[in-house]
Amino acid sequence: MRALIMAAGAAALAVCAAAPAQDKDVTQREIERYRELLAEGNPADLAEAKGEELWKTMRGPKQASLERCDLGLGPGVVKGAYARLPRWFADTGRVQDLESRLVTCMVTLQGFTEDEAKKNPFSAPGRPSPIEDIATYVAGASKGMTFDPPLRHPKELEAFRTGEELFYRRAGPHDFSCATCHGDEGKRIRLQDLPKLTDPKEAQKVFTSWPAYRVSQGSVRTMQHRLYDCYWQMRHPQLDYVSEASIDLQVFMAKYASGGTVEAPGLKR
Amino acid sequence: MPDPMRIRANMAGDKVEVRVLMAHEMETGLRKDANGKLVPAHFIQNVTVAHEGKTVLAAQWGTSISKNPFLHFRFKGGKPGDKVKITWVDNKGETRSDEATIAAAG
Repeated sequence: MRALIMAAGAAALAVCAAAPAQDKDVTQREIERYRELLAEGNPADLAEAKGEELWKTMRGPKQASLERCDLGLGPGVVKGAYARLPRWFADTGRVQDLESRLVTCMVTLQGFTEDEAKKNPFSAPGRPSPIEDIATYVAGASKGMTFDPPLRHPKELEAFRTGEELFYRRAGPHDFSCATCHGDEGKRIRLQDLPKLTDPKEAQKVFTSWPAYRVSQGSVRTMQHRLYDCYWQMRHPQLDYVSEASIDLQVFMAKYASGGTVEAPGLKR
Repeated sequence: MPDPMRIRANMAGDKVEVRVLMAHEMETGLRKDANGKLVPAHFIQNVTVAHEGKTVLAAQWGTSISKNPFLHFRFKGGKPGDKVKITWVDNKGETRSDEATIAAAG
């Protein structure tokens, strides 16, 4: 009897030893299947539709729409604009990402104060965020286009260098930098693959898929939120919405993502 | 007024394939807000789909349906150009109807 149990034990052990490699494939396949199923009805479509509506709506003290907003390709040009951001803007003299540019337009065209425009950047249940929806709409209008931010202007190159510095700079109680999670291949947190953001192949796939609907949060989230959340996860001081640091980091990542295809709005766990 | 639905309807063989994405919070009534107070239940209760005025699907939903529900189904008897009208009513009596035209095989 004991011999039998031991034989069974040995067999079980052998099965265990063989399992991990196979399990990983199965898990990976199931995750892919889950993503495919979800992609059929990406709720980001709803945010996109709402954003388009808001883009054309008269809002703010000046009761103006955003239809004359210059996102880099001239006033009112939405299609393709996201594929060329972040970039330097002559009128503000700053390098800006999509969301900071939307803040600029809300101030100059619609007459909001900067604080008002930046007040509610991320939605919560029962508290929609107009700028989140508008960003989704603008990004979605570049879907399928090649991501190609200019990165030539001296200010853009300066932003890239600052972004690089921020990406590798370890700090905070955990002594983390962005590179701790995103500087090597093949890392993951639970089932989430962590892309190596300095590898063009990986950066092209992920950077251009924001804004994205986060299933776990039941809402669309923008690149600004992604960075804000990364900073929180690293236990760094809060990254301010559309701050210079948040934009410089994007310029750094955008360089590696250049040449990818815009897949916004994406769909993520 | 609630936000519009996104409806795609197209022929798939001899059937019509419909995909609907509805914008709704779908609160279960069990979640608490930041102050620890229960968030009142708010969810879609009835969904009806009419093809050229004739009901082809009627559903009763509850709180187990996710936020921003996605509904995907097929029915027989439709042809390109026909209209499909979808209506939902939630537990607060709010309602929303949207209509789509059936496209050829997509």
